Amino acid sequence: MSSKPMRKRMLRNVNAKIAAIPMIITTLVVFVGGTIWSVVYAFTGSKLLPKLKFVGFDQFDRLWSNSRWMVSIENLMWYGIFALVFTIAVGFLLAVLLDQKIRFEDTFRTILLYPFALSFIVTGLVWQWLLNPELGIQAVVRGMGWTSFTFDPLYTPELVLVGLLMAGLWQGTGFVMCIMLAGLRGIDEDIWKASRVDGISKWKTYLFVVIPMMRPVFITTLVIVAAGIIKLYDLVVAMTSGGPGNSSQVPAMYVYDYMFQAQNLGQGLAASTMMLLSVLIVLIPWAYLEFGGKKRG
Amino acid sequence: MADATANLSGPRGPKPRKALSRRNIILYGILALVSLYYILPLWVMVMTSLKGMPEIRMGNIFAPPVEITFEPWVKAWSSACTGLNCDGLSRGFWNSIQILIPSVILSIAIASVNGYALINWKFKGSEVFFTILIFGSFIPYQIMLYPIVILLREMGIYGTLWGLVLVHSVFGMPILTLLFRNYFSSVPEELFKAARVDGAGFWGIYFRIMLPMSLPIFVVAVILQVTGIWNDFLFGVVFTKPDLYPMTVQLNNIVNSVQGVKEYNVNMAATMLTGLVPLIIYFASGKLFVRGIAAGAVKG
Repeated sequence: MSSKPMRKRMLRNVNAKIAAIPMIITTLVVFVGGTIWSVVYAFTGSKLLPKLKFVGFDQFDRLWSNSRWMVSIENLMWYGIFALVFTIAVGFLLAVLLDQKIRFEDTFRTILLYPFALSFIVTGLVWQWLLNPELGIQAVVRGMGWTSFTFDPLYTPELVLVGLLMAGLWQGTGFVMCIMLAGLRGIDEDIWKASRVDGISKWKTYLFVVIPMMRPVFITTLVIVAAGIIKLYDLVVAMTSGGPGNSSQVPAMYVYDYMFQAQNLGQGLAASTMMLLSVLIVLIPWAYLEFGGKKRG
Repeated sequence: MADATANLSGPRGPKPRKALSRRNIILYGILALVSLYYILPLWVMVMTSLKGMPEIRMGNIFAPPVEITFEPWVKAWSSACTGLNCDGLSRGFWNSIQILIPSVILSIAIASVNGYALINWKFKGSEVFFTILIFGSFIPYQIMLYPIVILLREMGIYGTLWGLVLVHSVFGMPILTLLFRNYFSSVPEELFKAARVDGAGFWGIYFRIMLPMSLPIFVVAVILQVTGIWNDFLFGVVFTKPDLYPMTVQLNNIVNSVQGVKEYNVNMAATMLTGLVPLIIYFASGKLFVRGIAAGAVKG
């Protein structure tokens, strides 16, 4: 084999390859390399600095017997279920309402979507203020005469997730609505004409024709929202800092604290590995449905 | 044909709807209520920031101020304290600007060239890298934080603004590359081929044809990046030092600091100041913002 055709092949498209160097470095070094590094070091006893002294599954044993981690997982699960169901259901309903050829559609959409432009920190701080027990919503309702009214989620461990959800839903529902609205607009007008000719009522058409047709939109939204929920961090930091007590801890907070505050790197990496695993559980079935089917088909 | 239209002499067009039908009242009623829920936090934020502390302690958070004062805004901007620094949010604002401008330019430059190469100059393995890139955008950042700390430390830019700029460029790459790739794939291929025949190369076609043709998508990318980077908190905390904290981090430190008497009006003014940049972008950009988030949602 002469080296000439080989060199020629390497030099083909050389500018494109040079231009793609940042992408190649990012994917190989940061995304793939970084992930592998973290997973490997999660099996070491690293404290302040990374050291390759393997300890097997010790870090994971410690993780799953740590009550703070268990609370974090439980919180994330409940928050995740409610946030997913509500954002998607409410987002879809709002999209349907906006899709009724109404006036001022742009105005309504602008209002429903603006929280999405704000950061979780801003969102969290505003809602922290609204839910302030002495001066916020509770005080206003009491001031109107209902003196026994109690709504103090941020200082009640059992209700703290409700407070987080109120803020999280306020911020994120508009985004889901927008995607759903785009999905509804993508549906052929003829479907509507056909169902009208057949005398099928509007809500039945939505339920039995439109929603099944929008399945890919729902799945994509689900994956995006779910992947975002697993990263939940800023909102909790701003609203409760994990309190009261440990009642609103989430995994991302655990990772940060062990990695950068408690100087227990191995433990932080083990926790982040679990986060990765949970994303993969969401992602792999989706990728399989989305791309796996097509290749064979 | 004339007969056919003549026979249809009855009323034509859709049945006119009454403006105040039951359907409309329910429809607009629900939308108005929901809108109220969405507007209230912004309303409360602005109103609180314009009141004095005595009025806040006495009154109703939803009520507009009796006496408007801009002092909380001045204080939040120039003298609110975080730890030992008492120079207000202005420090965080300028840090955020210094992070924002190079990050936006760098990330868009890289991603637009990527998208262009992925469409018009496919090379062996280019699709593989793109797939990894997209999957990478779903992976929780937490798993890559520490390796990036090490990389930045090796490069000698850990804890500097440039380190953070680099991190933003890396994590902005997946969504932006997707955005540009999808856009460039809709540019007719004949245009590209014609330019090739005329002897234009990789960069020539990019700068003379692709770039001028795709200004709207660049605007979408700028909107996406400005709001995304401005709102970032995690990377700011991890990759910079207290003096260089971006605005969101400083805001959180001001409002959630435990020392001292809580000044809710200053807190809300500070929150409003931090939210102002993305809000202005949002209200000014209108449909382009929607296009940006739709691009993120639509699979490539």
